[in-house]
Amino acid sequence: MDHNAGPGSPDPGTAGRGTPEDPALDAPLAEAWIRALAAAVDAHERELTDLDSAIGDGDHGSNLHRGFTAVLAVLDSPDTPGPADAGAVLGRTGRTLISKVGGASGPLYGSAFRAMGAALPPSPATPAEFAGALAAGLAAVRQLGGAGPGDKTLVDAYAPALAAFEQAVAGGAGLARAAEAAAEAAEEGMRATTPLQARKGRASYLGPRSIGHQDPGATSTALLFRTLADVTG
Amino acid sequence: MKKLINTPESVLEDALAGVAAAHPELAVDVPNRVITRAVRPAAPKVALVSGGGSGHEPLHGGFVGPGMLDAACPGEVFTSPVPDQVLTAARAVDSGAGVLLVVKNYTGDVMNFRLAAELAAEEGIEVRTVLVDDDVAVEDSTWTAGRRGTGATVLVEKIAGALAERGAPLAEVAAVGEKVNAASRSFAVALTAATVPAAGKPGFELPEDEIEVGVGIHGEPGRRREKLRPARELAAEVVDTVLADHDLTAGDQVIALVNGLGGTPLLELYIVFGEVAALLAERGVTIARSLVGNFVTSLDMAGFSLTLTKADAGLLELWDAPVATPALHRS
Repeated sequence: MDHNAGPGSPDPGTAGRGTPEDPALDAPLAEAWIRALAAAVDAHERELTDLDSAIGDGDHGSNLHRGFTAVLAVLDSPDTPGPADAGAVLGRTGRTLISKVGGASGPLYGSAFRAMGAALPPSPATPAEFAGALAAGLAAVRQLGGAGPGDKTLVDAYAPALAAFEQAVAGGAGLARAAEAAAEAAEEGMRATTPLQARKGRASYLGPRSIGHQDPGATSTALLFRTLADVTG
Repeated sequence: MKKLINTPESVLEDALAGVAAAHPELAVDVPNRVITRAVRPAAPKVALVSGGGSGHEPLHGGFVGPGMLDAACPGEVFTSPVPDQVLTAARAVDSGAGVLLVVKNYTGDVMNFRLAAELAAEEGIEVRTVLVDDDVAVEDSTWTAGRRGTGATVLVEKIAGALAERGAPLAEVAAVGEKVNAASRSFAVALTAATVPAAGKPGFELPEDEIEVGVGIHGEPGRRREKLRPARELAAEVVDTVLADHDLTAGDQVIALVNGLGGTPLLELYIVFGEVAALLAERGVTIARSLVGNFVTSLDMAGFSLTLTKADAGLLELWDAPVATPALHRS
């Protein structure tokens, strides 16, 4: 699929605003990302729930599935205005997640997408501008949930992903390469949650018994960055 | 899984339809998942709104009515309500005197109610929150999300609800709720795990002859597993655990709640209560008021929790005030 074929596509060759080889984050690409993430949540629902059953209360997969089903319904609704810009698509996704999911994942992912959407400029975002939006998303998660690195939460995947994205962009990488670096860092961060003891959320009540289980929130965050790499690569 | 349901997806809607059919004194907004009193209080008063995951019935919808809650927001099974629900409830019941949110200390509940409180405040609704965290099974440390909120929720809602009914301002109603929470400690023992309809299997494995000591109301693990013992010994362990974290001394009065977790008959709960009463009497602690039954349940989990709330004359008077809800009533 050519994500730059939509009506909001930038002119190829505009400096920093994307090329067919290295797209900028515009509305069609943002929508493609959300649709890919919804499909990934659907495909991994059982895995996320099983991970959550081991150390939480076993509803992470079903809760995110309920949320992204609602997000797709909004995207497909004839009442939803066509995507004007990426920020609107992400903001709408965030609001839908907050209003449909409940639990901890609804407000955390919902606030992340709302913050990303609010931080993006109205025009297609440069990789540097998108890095700023991703940072705003992490800040929102950390402010709401109070978790830091090492607490065995989605922050343990998100924070290294953001750092890798920023580092790649600072080194001159475009969106595709930065997203791939972020996806790899998120997956590494996800795997690194296994030996940690949970200090936030219901898993924290397990104490040392939470050690040895991969965190479900870090796992869904790895899906978030993997799908971003998929649609930009 | 054997359950009296239609489909796992429709459990909440179908149950709310039943609540509406059974209780004309309640107004049930099924699409928005909000339960309010059918008849609004005559005079402006502080409104109490509570909520949390479904599966803990009669908490919270069963406590909506004069003398207790003005609205309840049931979330999906064992999942907190979403901010829209809480905001819808707050709008429906605010009479200008403000809204008190009663929230159990669980990460999802805390975050969703916080977002709702921000949205309500933006609309000009005065909001205060009482966080209930009475479960001594969890250490209140920086290494966990803090103590869980369980059985004390009923006492907070009843006593704060009584003060609100008398026309007290929001700050005082919130303060009495915080006082009740601070005076309360709880601890639970599970004999079996609950089965969430959407999951279709028990939340944890427990051998036939073992119990989970210190279990949470969603089946979160407690302190340890051990062999099932006679009710007398379990009651003694639970009383000791609660008292170890409580400042109760001889001469103190308590409100004692022996709460069923959903799968235990009243016959057994009364056996436990008898043991608890004897143990407290030995320590010189007087049970001034008592409550035995299923109030904060965990679907079909077998087991019980004990909540002891240290009470003074003021709290007892509010406890005794009239209440008219599906699950708690007193004229």
